[in-house]
Amino acid sequence: MNQIMEALTINGVNIDLNEEGYFTNPSQWSREIAIELAKDANIELTDKHFEVLEFLRAKHNQEVQLTIRKVGKSGIVDIKQFYALFPGGPLKVSSKIAGIPKPVSCV
Amino acid sequence: MSLTPSKMEEVLNKRTTETVEKKQQVEKVLIICARGTLEDVYAALIMANGALAEGKEAKMFFTFFGLDAINKEKSDHLHTATVGNPAFMRGMPTMIGGLPGFEALASHMMKKEMDKLDIPPVSEFLEMIEAGGGEIYACKLAADMFHLKKEDFAPEVKDIITVGQMYDLAEGEGVQIIFV
Repeated sequence: MNQIMEALTINGVNIDLNEEGYFTNPSQWSREIAIELAKDANIELTDKHFEVLEFLRAKHNQEVQLTIRKVGKSGIVDIKQFYALFPGGPLKVSSKIAGIPKPVSCV
Repeated sequence: MSLTPSKMEEVLNKRTTETVEKKQQVEKVLIICARGTLEDVYAALIMANGALAEGKEAKMFFTFFGLDAINKEKSDHLHTATVGNPAFMRGMPTMIGGLPGFEALASHMMKKEMDKLDIPPVSEFLEMIEAGGGEIYACKLAADMFHLKKEDFAPEVKDIITVGQMYDLAEGEGVQIIFV
């Protein structure tokens, strides 16, 4: 699963990604890298985006399984805003940009 | 013409390769829910919400007993069948499942387990689906039959529509219709 398929270099930093484009090493993440990754998804990151990304990373560090519902209850965004900030599958897209593994929840 | 086993294998292999080449992504789902039991309604809701979470379109059409899922009074009080459900507590005599209060108890326990998995109550699930851009409809014929009006349904129910309008929802490419 976590086989490294691709190594990206953004701003001189090497990033290891798996075959689906998720980070295999979340510690390689930085805000600058997030900005570049978001451009790939046609998203221009705002402070609100970063609040969500930081929330996801914090929860990931606490080993909490993330769901869209949990983000909706974070107090940062509601579910509708979450979909609007990260179009095309909010939790997947945001996890990718937040440098954490692909979410595995069904809800 | 008769097919020898080797010929048959060849045909099958060919078909498999063709299927792989023509791989078409699911881009939209229309989920029809005709049942009002807890597990069936949740199956429908999870599939719709899951499609949205994957960046796909999702529309839902509730009919017959499925209307309970979008009925304001009933949506958060759905039950699971403890009688006539052989998969429920295998080995338990059917008569036990029929005891007063047993079904409510079983449903309560099931909801408690679902809560642990962050599965929301039905009313909240409908909100989530709407927030994710999903659309929820009620069946006109069934609503007429049960004497239900728009105001009896959850606010997320967009409209009461006919079967013909339901099929219109499924227009386009990469659409799958799922019946629960």
